[in-house]
Amino acid sequence: MSADTVKRDNAPKIRAAQIRLLERLCNASAVSGDEGEVRSIVLDEIRSHADQVEVDSIGNVLATKLGKSRHRKKRLRVMLAAHMDEIGFMLIHREDSSIFRFDTVGGIDVRQLVGKPVLVGQDHIPGVIGTKPIHLTTSNERKNTISLDALRIDIGLDSNPKVKVGDRATFATRFTRIGPSLRAKALDDRLGVATLIQLVKHAPENIDLLAAFTVQEEVGLRGAQVAAYTFDPDVGIALDSTPAIDLPDWEQEAGQEENSFYNTKLDGGPAIYLADSATLADPRLIRHFADTAEAAGIPFQFRQPGGGGTDAGAIHRSRAGIPSISVSVPARYLHTAAGIARLSDWRHTLTLLHTALTKMTPSLLSEPR
Amino acid sequence: MIELLPLLETLCAAPGLSGNESPVREIIEQTWRPYTDELSVSRLGSLHALKHGSAPEPRPSILIATHMDAIGLMVTGIVNGLLRVTEIGGLDARVLPGQLVTVHGRQEIPGIIVQPPAHLLPAHAQSGPVPIKYLLVDTGLRARQVNQQVRTGDLISFAQEPTQLQGDTLAGRSLDNRASVAALSLCLEQLHTRNHAWDVWAVATTQEEETMGGARTSAFELRPKLAVAVDVTWGKSPGSPDHLTFALGKGPTLGWGPNVHPGLHQSIRKIAEQIEMPFALEAMPRHSGTDAFAIQVAAQGIPTMVITIPLRYMHTPVEVVALKDIQRTARLLTEFISQLEIDYMEKLLLEESS
Repeated sequence: MSADTVKRDNAPKIRAAQIRLLERLCNASAVSGDEGEVRSIVLDEIRSHADQVEVDSIGNVLATKLGKSRHRKKRLRVMLAAHMDEIGFMLIHREDSSIFRFDTVGGIDVRQLVGKPVLVGQDHIPGVIGTKPIHLTTSNERKNTISLDALRIDIGLDSNPKVKVGDRATFATRFTRIGPSLRAKALDDRLGVATLIQLVKHAPENIDLLAAFTVQEEVGLRGAQVAAYTFDPDVGIALDSTPAIDLPDWEQEAGQEENSFYNTKLDGGPAIYLADSATLADPRLIRHFADTAEAAGIPFQFRQPGGGGTDAGAIHRSRAGIPSISVSVPARYLHTAAGIARLSDWRHTLTLLHTALTKMTPSLLSEPR
Repeated sequence: MIELLPLLETLCAAPGLSGNESPVREIIEQTWRPYTDELSVSRLGSLHALKHGSAPEPRPSILIATHMDAIGLMVTGIVNGLLRVTEIGGLDARVLPGQLVTVHGRQEIPGIIVQPPAHLLPAHAQSGPVPIKYLLVDTGLRARQVNQQVRTGDLISFAQEPTQLQGDTLAGRSLDNRASVAALSLCLEQLHTRNHAWDVWAVATTQEEETMGGARTSAFELRPKLAVAVDVTWGKSPGSPDHLTFALGKGPTLGWGPNVHPGLHQSIRKIAEQIEMPFALEAMPRHSGTDAFAIQVAAQGIPTMVITIPLRYMHTPVEVVALKDIQRTARLLTEFISQLEIDYMEKLLLEESS
């Protein structure tokens, strides 16, 4: 048995209890700016495991788990960020006792909204986003996208005092396991939150683990910005979920062209970021994660360089600069009513993170960048 | 004693796409059995339930038709473990992306309808609504498992669970037309304790959403003297034109137009007024879009009426109905049937009497 195998066996495991926790996290409502429901789950889970836990002014949960080395300088201060918020809706106008206009929060394709059940507010009051029946539309009308302006959240025939302007709403989809997959809303980024909770509970002793469960990622990485300032870490790592766009190309069936823009693929393992719209990942950290994965035999993939962004975008520009990277669980159909991720990809992501953290020493940053 | 809400939830949860109605038919059979005298299934799968009248034989009969089939999808092919699909019944493709579905393969498999990103679509489909032929269904299973469990022609139902909303309303899939099946079930229960001279054929028809083949053939086989098709109509809702829609919770509508026998319409309208039940008149200037269209011209022709229950967001998985309207529809049917006199047909006039 090699030393690496021993290390992997020490890594925290994802078993039934961890999947149940992910289920609770995904089913909770926490639209950007209203993260309380997820925050309370996080606090319950980590409070007894961290040396220090605080909720900052914007709502981030900041938890510190100090390493064991007596020499403080031998312990790298590593900030891990996972965002608690999800995309969703806010009720902006009451049109009738039970019919509300709403706006979107975070990046949502309006074509994903029609005909969906939603849950309004922290009491999860059910409603629906309907549309005109097909019988009353013209074929020309059906060629055009139904605009947000034409959509309403409908809670039935009567008002409910618990539903009012300003309330947030989320897709109503409940978490399900299907074969090798997990299907849920808000996998982006409850997968990251669930991963970070495990890392706090099983923190490697060689580092100071600075866990930031951030708010408002979907509306501009705003929680991470202040969390990074507060923590002032040596290294920043965003744990997120990234799109797997590994679908067939329509033209591919005619034998024309393969889908070469897939971002990531399911079953490809954790996605190590190289570059997105918000961050150029630190090359030392890219090497560290890729080398660790290869040495330990953990499957991984590089996320195709391209658009998008994670909390690393805010963290790396904090203070005088913080070497940063993102590692994500690939998932299909993020920012829609239901995403799909593979349990095995999540497991490998947790293993890779734990193994890589275990091998992190201050010498990592003395390597040439 | 039939409890409406659980019955409706059970009916909506049962699969039963047009042409493949047996799962929901079994539930309807169980529901109707205690209140009817004879049950049989037609050659095209419609459920025929006969409730004997009290008049001496031979008795006239009235047929109440509620279609039990639901809209959905069918697998047309499998690509890398993802399903390509086509529609069963009329679907607006704009409602489909992101919907939860159940794939009826060798076993029932949950899935999601997927809208591929623009760069994976042909140029003409890269903006705006994505046509059904380019959508996919993802089951979360790997390609090998999908190929073992699913094949072309397998049916796909919507999976949206029925959800109670405010003001005694229910949201969910297949309320078109399981709401009417529920109304007819309540009517049968009520008739059980009422005297009625006529025989009653309660019929859960098949294939209304595609060909109306169920209603046409059942009407031919059963040869009722009168028929009423009970279906849903467009409920008032955001974005729908006011003049074509009917408020939820304000009672059923009574259809009026070429598919409707004017004298029968008058009789049912009088009953509604007599019991002070709110209703709306629904103008149906051409095809009523209901089983009445087929029944009216079955065999030598059958005097037919249409009663509808307002439903928001028809043909989406979040249709909304008011339970009160279902109860009222049941009561109207019960009152009309129990007041039918044995010589009604002799008095029935085509032209409105002034």
